[in-house]
Amino acid sequence: MPDAIATSITLNGEPYLIHADTPLTALLERLKMRRGRVAVEINREIVPKANYDATIVRAGDQVEIINFVGGG
Amino acid sequence: MQDTPFELGGQKFKSRLIVGTGKYRDFAETKAAVEESGAEIVTVAVRRVNITDRGKENLLDYLDPKRYQILPNTAGCFTAEEAIRTCRLAREVGVGELVKLEVIGDNQTLFPDVAATLEAARVLVKEGFKVMPYVTDDPVTCLRLQEIGCVAVMPLAAPIGSGLGIRNPFNLAIIIEQAKVPVIVDAGVGTASDAAEAMELGCDGVLMNTAIAGAKDPIAMARAMKLAVEAGRLAYRAGRIERKLYATASSPLTGLIG
Repeated sequence: MPDAIATSITLNGEPYLIHADTPLTALLERLKMRRGRVAVEINREIVPKANYDATIVRAGDQVEIINFVGGG
Repeated sequence: MQDTPFELGGQKFKSRLIVGTGKYRDFAETKAAVEESGAEIVTVAVRRVNITDRGKENLLDYLDPKRYQILPNTAGCFTAEEAIRTCRLAREVGVGELVKLEVIGDNQTLFPDVAATLEAARVLVKEGFKVMPYVTDDPVTCLRLQEIGCVAVMPLAAPIGSGLGIRNPFNLAIIIEQAKVPVIVDAGVGTASDAAEAMELGCDGVLMNTAIAGAKDPIAMARAMKLAVEAGRLAYRAGRIERKLYATASSPLTGLIG
């Protein structure tokens, strides 16, 4: 997408550049994240897995992607 | 002597040992220790994915959620709000409704914030979570958590990671006597005898992480803990003898020579 306009979101607390109006599935693919291993919040709202395909990440969105790590 | 299965939130388990997955050298060691422990429930923490190190291996690649019941925790949360948010995210990963609720009240002791734990438990139970709260060894708080609808109560034996063992067996005994839900000692176990002691008191299970992961040989300690939990459980069910101040001879007092 050479003509796509880059836009900035906040991803896990850090500024992150994506193409404007990127589908969430495309963002996860770019990050090599498997949907069975993560959960996603956009602007403090959880995105159900069933909605990943229909969800568009927009400029200024606060995106959180979490996974499980070792813990007690 | 056939034991009854360990029932937790409507599921049945054979093992009464729940193990954490923190502080291991790598995922391979985590997996080996978990396997050796015989645990069927493993705790995990919920954290942001590492954006810069993409395609990195994931803990669940080593601990198959089809084989193990994954128990996400809320470690590191200091408010009810943070803990609730963490649980909601954890559930969305798709490993079930079981959560280990911990709301920390103090950074040095890692003792729970009891008021915030009760507050979070109320919300989470209403939202359909099966809540297992880490809590102080306080019988009244354990009763309240049970009334709220938690599927277990998890009083601490001693501060997290301290290895001090069971500091208040008398409170634990009261908690066990009053509980209608499983009582799981969570935190403070240092070695196998501590785990056995918890089970001998009548606890339904023991949850530990550092005692295994921090041992010089974690794999060997995992096995020691498995055996200790089994031995303690068996001793509890067998019914120990009364403590007496004076001796009672084990050998017959009649037929002595001479």
